[in-house]
Amino acid sequence: MSISVLKPGMLSTLQDSGRHGFQHFGVPVSGAMDAFSHRLANLLVGNKSDEATLELTLRGPRLRFERDALIALCGADLTPAIDGVDVAQAKPLRVRAGAMLDFGAGLTGCRAYLAVHGGFAVPAVMGSRSTYERANIGGLHGRALREGDVLPIGHSQATPYPALASALAVSKMNFAAPKWAVNQHLEKLARTPQIVRIVAGRQWDAFAPAARDTLTSGEFRLAPDSDRMGCRLEGAALSVHGIEEMLSEAVSFGTIQIPRSGQPIVLMADRQTVGGYPKIAEVISVDLWLLAQLCPGERLRFELVSLAQAQALCLQREQEIVTIGEAVAKHLNE
Amino acid sequence: MLPAARFFPMGDKALIIKFGDRADPALTLHIAALARQLRESRPIGVRDVVPAYTTLALHYDPSAVGSGTTPYEALVASIEPWLKFQSSAALPAGQLIVIPVCYGGALGEDLPALAQRHNLSDAEVIDIHSAAGYRVALLGFVPGFAYLDGLDARLATPRRETPRAQVPAGSVAIGGSKTGVYPLATPGGWHIIGRTPLHLFQPDAMPPCLLNVGDTVRFVPISEQEFQAQATP
Repeated sequence: MSISVLKPGMLSTLQDSGRHGFQHFGVPVSGAMDAFSHRLANLLVGNKSDEATLELTLRGPRLRFERDALIALCGADLTPAIDGVDVAQAKPLRVRAGAMLDFGAGLTGCRAYLAVHGGFAVPAVMGSRSTYERANIGGLHGRALREGDVLPIGHSQATPYPALASALAVSKMNFAAPKWAVNQHLEKLARTPQIVRIVAGRQWDAFAPAARDTLTSGEFRLAPDSDRMGCRLEGAALSVHGIEEMLSEAVSFGTIQIPRSGQPIVLMADRQTVGGYPKIAEVISVDLWLLAQLCPGERLRFELVSLAQAQALCLQREQEIVTIGEAVAKHLNE
Repeated sequence: MLPAARFFPMGDKALIIKFGDRADPALTLHIAALARQLRESRPIGVRDVVPAYTTLALHYDPSAVGSGTTPYEALVASIEPWLKFQSSAALPAGQLIVIPVCYGGALGEDLPALAQRHNLSDAEVIDIHSAAGYRVALLGFVPGFAYLDGLDARLATPRRETPRAQVPAGSVAIGGSKTGVYPLATPGGWHIIGRTPLHLFQPDAMPPCLLNVGDTVRFVPISEQEFQAQATP
């Protein structure tokens, strides 16, 4: 009842919606970098939206299904194929035992999410299955996948999409998929430069107008040393001149901090819980997935919005996910 | 008495409550106690409560904190009266945690250089470091890493120019005016003066950290033989 890892890919880790409630112990939240795609993938296979999915980075793994499974892939297009046949994203896929899932070149985006019906049966650590490699906790043995690993799939009483199972039974191929798919807004990932909206941060007013202007009108590039902790940006440096030394305090997913080099760092899923650099702005939560999907070298710029707008967009996104969930639920029994 | 609380948004899913502008151990302790009480009262939609030197952060789910105006304003409106009510509440005291340390040698390789820099002998550094009582002011950097206040000014040492790629778990170190213990093998820029056999972070325990904000810490020197006898994988 499992998936065999024949090749691990560049960085493949199990992630769920994050390890909440432990930040006062210094434990990072972790979780999916692109929570939007992660949640869609779960909904498509009839999981709760906070089940763990496999986050695949830039170069996907090679996986063999050791039993029939219901899967979905959302997020970056890393050109998935089953037994050499291209498969579509953002829809459920019924796969037969023995099927081989492979990935080719990355076409769009940086991170794809593989959900499997029943979830991945790894133990939760502090209430979460998210992998946090630095402390070796969560996921499969607290680390990224390696060749030879076996990913256990959770048990489930439900048998969603009965028609897909029937279609697979009479198919010559090792998978079956419906005609429909959900809209995962991948067209937004093609924007160059990418546009990421921000709200003013705690130290916004402490920065000189010229520094704020550099942030909102300049263009940046994602630096190659970016990772799950933070997106490091290259571009015109922001002056931190005159900003007083701060006492460390909490930071958030999307906090843009300006270290002495003046090159912004956007804190991401594996960020530390507290930090001492001035925080000029915060990426709004509905745009975090756009950052998570940027590849090293890709360009972006920031656009300032109000907190009220950011929160309205956030509630709207939640509503959109509910609507998608309801639409998918109608198909689950077909 | 707490200084008046000021609220600031930190993005669309978190807010920071700031109490005054000056770091003060009593204030930090007070904020930690408030954080504990707030966590225990389980405010709806609040997922994390993170105390720091002069601030308290709330991470929240905007779709769960109640409607009306914006989620931020709704949360501020529910926390503000609670805060007024709590500010005079009795503070639960932190625990006293004793940490055995094997100073110097292979387990504390920066001790001789640090002593020399301050014109002290190795033994004097050990005496000064283990004589003081320290207060856990903040947890962060990695899980279970406690920033300890109360380092004797004679031992304050700027961080290493080049951080080490790997500092062993349990290393006791000095960085600037702080001292602390590395809970995990991580990169680190502090000066390593010794090592403890204790585990500071155990993910399956509750609480997972040996040290928590508000606790008092004392270091007790042990020999290398005692270290080896107490060390467990």
